[in-house]
Amino acid sequence: MRSLIDINKSNLADTSQSSVGLGGVGRSKKHESADKHVSGAAIYIDDRPELRGQLHAAVGQSTMAHANIISMDLSAVKAAEGVIAVITVNDVPGHTDIGPVFPGDPVLAIGKVEFVGQPLFAVAATSHELANRAVKLAKVEYEELEAILTVKEALAKQSFVRPPFSMVRGDSDKAIASALHQISGEINVGGQEHFYLEGQISSAEPTEEGGMSVFSSSQHPSEVQKLVAEVLDIPLNKVVVDTRRMGGGFGGKETQAAPWACIAALLANVSKRPIKFKLNRSDDMCMTGKRHPFENNYSVGFDKDGQIKGINITVNGNCGYSPDLSDAIVDRAMFHSDNAYFLDQATVTGNRCKLNTVSHTAYRGFGGPQGMMTIEMVMDDIARYLGKDPLAIRKVNLYGTDDRNETHYHQKVEHNKIHELIASLEESSDYHARRESVSEFNRENTILKKGLALTPVKFGISFTVQHLNQAGALIHLYTDGTILVSHGGTEMGQGLYTKVAQIVAEEFQVDSETVGVSSTRTDKVPNTSPTAASSGTDLNGKAAQAAAIIIKDRLIEFATEKYEVKASEVRFANSQIHVGTDTFSFADFVQQAYIGRVSLSATGFYKTPKIHFDRATGKGRPFFYYSTGAAVSEVLIDTLTGEYKLLRADILHDVGHSLNPAIDIGQIEGAFIQGMGWLTTEELVWNDKGRLLSNNPATYKIPAISDAPIDFRVTLVPDDPNREQTIYNSKAVGEPPFMLGISVWSALKDAISSVSNYTLSPSLDTPATPERVLWAVEAMKANQ
Amino acid sequence: MTISTVRFLLNNEVVTLENTDPNLTVLQYLREKQFNTGTKEGCCSGDCGACTVVVAELIPNKKDLDYKSINSCISFVGSLHGKQLITVEDLQDGANLHHVQQSMVDNHASQCGFCTPGFVMSSFALHKVNSQPSRAEVVEALAGNLCRCTGYRSIIDAAMASSEHAKPDSFTLHYQQTVQQLSEFKALPSASLSDHQHSYFAPKNVSELATKLIEQPSAVLVAGGTDLALSVTQNFNIIDDLVYLGDVDELRVLENSDTQFVIGSAVPYNEFTPMLHDEYHELGEMIERIGSRQVRNNGTLGGNVGNASPIGDMPPALIALGAEMVLQRGDVERKIAVEDFFIAYKRTVLQESEFINRFYIPKAKPGQFLKLYKISKRIDDDISAVLAAFFIEIKDNVVTDLRLAFGGMAGIPMRAKQCEAALLNKPLNQENISAAQQALAHDFQPMSDVRASDKYRMKVAQNLMQKCYLELKNRNIETRVVSYA
Repeated sequence: MRSLIDINKSNLADTSQSSVGLGGVGRSKKHESADKHVSGAAIYIDDRPELRGQLHAAVGQSTMAHANIISMDLSAVKAAEGVIAVITVNDVPGHTDIGPVFPGDPVLAIGKVEFVGQPLFAVAATSHELANRAVKLAKVEYEELEAILTVKEALAKQSFVRPPFSMVRGDSDKAIASALHQISGEINVGGQEHFYLEGQISSAEPTEEGGMSVFSSSQHPSEVQKLVAEVLDIPLNKVVVDTRRMGGGFGGKETQAAPWACIAALLANVSKRPIKFKLNRSDDMCMTGKRHPFENNYSVGFDKDGQIKGINITVNGNCGYSPDLSDAIVDRAMFHSDNAYFLDQATVTGNRCKLNTVSHTAYRGFGGPQGMMTIEMVMDDIARYLGKDPLAIRKVNLYGTDDRNETHYHQKVEHNKIHELIASLEESSDYHARRESVSEFNRENTILKKGLALTPVKFGISFTVQHLNQAGALIHLYTDGTILVSHGGTEMGQGLYTKVAQIVAEEFQVDSETVGVSSTRTDKVPNTSPTAASSGTDLNGKAAQAAAIIIKDRLIEFATEKYEVKASEVRFANSQIHVGTDTFSFADFVQQAYIGRVSLSATGFYKTPKIHFDRATGKGRPFFYYSTGAAVSEVLIDTLTGEYKLLRADILHDVGHSLNPAIDIGQIEGAFIQGMGWLTTEELVWNDKGRLLSNNPATYKIPAISDAPIDFRVTLVPDDPNREQTIYNSKAVGEPPFMLGISVWSALKDAISSVSNYTLSPSLDTPATPERVLWAVEAMKANQ
Repeated sequence: MTISTVRFLLNNEVVTLENTDPNLTVLQYLREKQFNTGTKEGCCSGDCGACTVVVAELIPNKKDLDYKSINSCISFVGSLHGKQLITVEDLQDGANLHHVQQSMVDNHASQCGFCTPGFVMSSFALHKVNSQPSRAEVVEALAGNLCRCTGYRSIIDAAMASSEHAKPDSFTLHYQQTVQQLSEFKALPSASLSDHQHSYFAPKNVSELATKLIEQPSAVLVAGGTDLALSVTQNFNIIDDLVYLGDVDELRVLENSDTQFVIGSAVPYNEFTPMLHDEYHELGEMIERIGSRQVRNNGTLGGNVGNASPIGDMPPALIALGAEMVLQRGDVERKIAVEDFFIAYKRTVLQESEFINRFYIPKAKPGQFLKLYKISKRIDDDISAVLAAFFIEIKDNVVTDLRLAFGGMAGIPMRAKQCEAALLNKPLNQENISAAQQALAHDFQPMSDVRASDKYRMKVAQNLMQKCYLELKNRNIETRVVSYA
């Protein structure tokens, strides 16, 4: 018989004497991979050992935005050095469309192309370089078709990827007309390249019986599994997808990781050899979708205090050539067209414009940020119209606690703490004194001007597609007392694995160091949702907790039977299990349970309660709860060049009962800077042929280190548990603080407005590059 | 003759490379030949810093080492000859993390972790030369490393706090041994490398270089490689024959006399910048923004001028300063004004087999000012939309001499002659500045591209003249959002 592991000789630290409480929920545990990150030992897909016979993939790309393919001569490609296999869509045994929700995304072009960069054919060669040299040798003949390259053209031609849709509350036209004041405006909100530091990458290895083992840098392994199975025309149970970690995701690997996994699998299937497919950075930037650019407009009616009485908002999303996730993204832009403000009588309309560009996709905030920009512009515009501080206008429009608390989609805003939060931030950031000193600075300086703005964020938490709000987890207890947890969530740096380990450790009251989290694999936990919508911990943490409770209950039942005690006399604490008057180490008791033939493995499941939304009526409760926060930004601009700098940022953000304050603060800081980048230096430029010109980091500028403000103060709302029963009453944190970056844009407008002595509201499309800031300053001067 | 090898230290192991394609980058060498995958590929264009490694090299004529962060993705493997290559895997001592690594952990400074090895190496290089860096010094040293997750605050804190747990690392313990080994490598004949299809040669003196170029005019010169390497890593081109300039003694000359500076064409920015900074403060600070520290550790003046890009930042500055350059072919030298080097977009007066030897930069005389303005979307490591370099001599409030040079305004870096004429021998006042601004519109017809529109380029160039005027008139007013250029 196999003997059990000797616990005393195992290398687990004896923590029973530790004075620190175990578990770890609420503590700033370091990221589970931190030591590996800093020493280069963390393994990303490109770091995996090369398999015997492994080949490298590349794809040939469309050079036209919209064209029929007349002919494709691949003879030189096939003859090129190192090339082993070349495939077109004709070599796909199964589905040729890999659209994630709606059809429209051919895995390789079928007769026509709809954007510059669309994959035409794929090559497997003996090295990355040879594959990339070979794809350049194709001779493709096109018949050019008319391309739609602007939102205005798409609207004029009613070119949509999905039908328009409105959310209506009351009679907005009437309310606007009968209000004391009316104004209107429009804004172009730019898109955003994800610029995850690790580019898109997948590898595929054929397995027995025509199956495929796939490693994918993906936020959605289950979808990769499904699409690989479909393109190969094999059942799901023959495909395994493994994602240990991503070098950043931000939404860019929710649907956009799948094409490269599918192409790798197709090439592996044809060549019968393992394939690695790593996108070159500039190809990644041209071939994968980005945050949707939007062109929005509004007309609003308001009273003497600036309180909104009625509003019409139209958001026009540039979806690119296919639906991808655009239906839900434009929905979320519409859901967040109120931000934290009561719109009263409102009509919010969303158009999903089809253009001949890459298909735009999920990006942190998922349309929410683009929706919020319109209403924040409205706040600034009303303030300048009435000659008031924009903060006063924002405050007078906030959702009420007892009344004025229903959104334009008829969800009640409950547990609303935004008033206290803003009041607290006004005080901690010294807003009013700084408003004075900014005004004084601006009186004394002609070239440089300062701006200050406080903007709030209210962000709805849940997938607005109800069925995605579910998760599974699998926990194993081993006989040395260690625990291994698997769940459907993926790790992209956000600390999900760390938080889940803390949750499981908390349930068993053991040191979270003894809880291992395995890579996310479709054969461990099936049918998972994407790690997206800030929901990773809410969903997977709850599922892991459910699994832990099942095993705990079994251990308690075993204890009551073996030691003849009541269940209430069994207690987990300090890596020990107390049974009546006896105390066993956790590992010892697990061994007893094993000998007693107790199952030490369980799955857990969770689905978010309360949520529903009826798209036909535009009514429901799409969100389980709201996450809130606010930021104050102070900027300095140069009125001769448009250059600017963020001088100071103060943030107060609500994460409920924080599972890990250090990780949550890291999320908030990172999201804020990423949001600032979106609205300032990150400019996507396409030429009049639909080709992306900002296709590398030399031309597309994400924030660098000196863009972080010297004075950067981030505070969590002091422990204030989520009133909804979320995991340990925490709140999601991934996306909401991204929109705190809007305060930087509003502060830039404040500085620009000072040139008109605050009488004019500058029109400032985003990204607010130095060039756009200079033109806005010039417009102030011209209208003086 | 030469030996067909490249020899360097990989951490503390001697490596001798033979029969290797010289197009191989240091990053490819590490990941694909050594299977050291700790160093990451983020962009393969020297823009993100994920691939940062450190090279230690002997300081000329000293028994001391300099530790430099470089982008391994755009460094050819031949350039390692005579140096020590240090990667993220080499820092820890057994199970103990190096203090720059431990500080990153303690400060929660990694999230996805992909950029982290690069930050660790940049921070390591900084701490090797500066154990108590200020925030500004940290920001300067890490400006070439992009992080998309953290927002940088935690990384800055980590780099500043690293010294709290500092203790001598293996590089300090092996210092003398390393110096000894690198000195021995230095004494070797000129390095070369070949895979029988592609060649690499690193002459040790100008005579070897000149002879090589006469023999093989098609050979491609590489110094820092910060631009050239992109042709290999981005476009998948192959360079048949490379000639590396970094080992040519005469091209590393640095002289600082009473009247001028002499800078060899292959001197990296970070070696000549301190000297220029003392004389021309704004030039020193502008160079900090020309490229990241990694780029400036490799990039050279000869490269920036020689590649004749219309958006290089040094040419307008050199033209404004009236700098000269010496070109050499065989053993024949000729000296020309930098201004006369450029003919048209990406075309220069350089003849076949000719190379840039050195630059002469005059020092300022009383009454002479150099004003520099670099306009870009991002402050750090961004190519200019417009670079304005104004050299003005003022006597009794009259402009007695001036050269106004611009980058980004035309197909080559060039002077605004009509604009200059509007100011020369005239009082420095608003009226004449306004006239000069008008004249600028006759000097240039800038273009629109990914960085800026034609209209913005013209408007901002005109506004910079106004700014220069206001700054010269009143040295105390605040006119810049950043403390430099």
